[in-house]
Amino acid sequence: MSKIPGDLRYTKDHEWIRLEGGTGVMGITDYAQHAMGDVVYVELPDVGRKVAAGDDFVVVESVKGANDVFSPVSGTVTEVNEELDGAPELVNQDPYANWLVKLKVDDPSEADGLLDAAAYGKLVEELEAEGS
Amino acid sequence: MKRTPMYERHVAAGGRMVDYGGWELPVQYESSGIKTEHLNVRSKAGLFDVSHMGEVTVEGARAEEWLSSLLSNDIAAMHDNQVQYNIMCNESGGVVDDLLVYRYSRTKYLLVVNAANTDKDVAWFRAHLPSDGVSMEDISPRTAEVALQGPEAEAILKKIADFDPASLKFFYFRDGATVGGIPAIVSRTGYTGEDGFEIYVDWKRGAELWDAVMKAGEGHGLLPIGLGARDSLRFEAGLPLYGHEYTDDMGPLEAGYGFFVKLDKPGGFIGRDALKRQKDDGLKHRIVATRLEDKGVPRQGMPVADEAGRVLGHVTSGGYSPTLDANIASCYVATPAPSEGESLWIDIRGKLKRAVVIKRPYYARGK
Repeated sequence: MSKIPGDLRYTKDHEWIRLEGGTGVMGITDYAQHAMGDVVYVELPDVGRKVAAGDDFVVVESVKGANDVFSPVSGTVTEVNEELDGAPELVNQDPYANWLVKLKVDDPSEADGLLDAAAYGKLVEELEAEGS
Repeated sequence: MKRTPMYERHVAAGGRMVDYGGWELPVQYESSGIKTEHLNVRSKAGLFDVSHMGEVTVEGARAEEWLSSLLSNDIAAMHDNQVQYNIMCNESGGVVDDLLVYRYSRTKYLLVVNAANTDKDVAWFRAHLPSDGVSMEDISPRTAEVALQGPEAEAILKKIADFDPASLKFFYFRDGATVGGIPAIVSRTGYTGEDGFEIYVDWKRGAELWDAVMKAGEGHGLLPIGLGARDSLRFEAGLPLYGHEYTDDMGPLEAGYGFFVKLDKPGGFIGRDALKRQKDDGLKHRIVATRLEDKGVPRQGMPVADEAGRVLGHVTSGGYSPTLDANIASCYVATPAPSEGESLWIDIRGKLKRAVVIKRPYYARGK
């Protein structure tokens, strides 16, 4: 059973985001880290990079392969989690505490269009029932 | 999709089932994961379901001569009950498949080929079969196979085999054995760089064999191992894989497996003239082993370049090495290839990452 905190917004591609004023903190979900398996490297974007919602801007490398991660909203990268550089396995240990990227969000209302915990939970339930 | 006789066992053990060339097989098991499985084979033992592999028997008065004409290694030098690694080349010196040859006698052999190539190989054999003196049969549909690998493999097998596995030498096999009471062929072979055994039984008794070995493995740290760790283990051990280090165009000399190619054996073999020419003219490409110095994970197909970004070749196998805790890549590059200690650059999504050439294999087990 995947953990799905109630206070976050989610994408269909298994990213989460939390808005703190005009800043969005994002990462991958528990379902995503479990599906990817042992994370061995996280390729983070350059600070200052502008991204549109849906742009792939992070690559999470697991033993199994490379996994693209997409930005949940449009904005500008302000900070990346450099702790992951030496300890990528933190993403497996707690994918919610160990965020990937902070963004200055162009339009905070964009996040309203994302899934809430209940809707995302339903999606994950369906995927888990399929056994994938 | 095709299923092996152990399918239910994999599902019950939490196997994450994937489509592997039309076979539904576990890439990993939920309770462990690729890294844990990989390290467990190196430190203790692992059990692999490799029932998807192809098996072909070859018999007849001309069996030895015929196999020698198709395969790269010295078939005539084999002993009874010996196993030999071979490459089957096409006319231009590329690879049809690589395989293990088991010799019962000069007139009877068992060939073990890659699952994804079984149909192609069988067609190749049929196309080259002489009108008399040799017969062949694809026995894959009735042959299940497991690989028991790792330092504990011998102790585990000893508990359920009707012979002492210590008596079986590396790259030899025993026919007419039983394992867990099941009639079996057992060879001291594998694809992990560890000591270990491969066990062949009747398809219908595959699940029974699986259960017997798993039970014998209790107290020895035995884990079931999926396809993910099978690939990372073989890659670390420097073992080639068709579709990576070998292709229709990329042959065994460039890949660095010339040891298994006997260019001067009597009668020659298909592809011999092309390979001899490659050797005489000087190899145009080579595969070198590298370790990434910059951060990033190299993957198959990524371009390999020099410092100026001029493309020299591509990555044939790449990824994270659990044993070395480093990212490694085998690189197919134009000659002159860089030597040990020199650098290459791998283009990972548009960024050149520095890698240094190291000795192959990446991992060799201690004696």
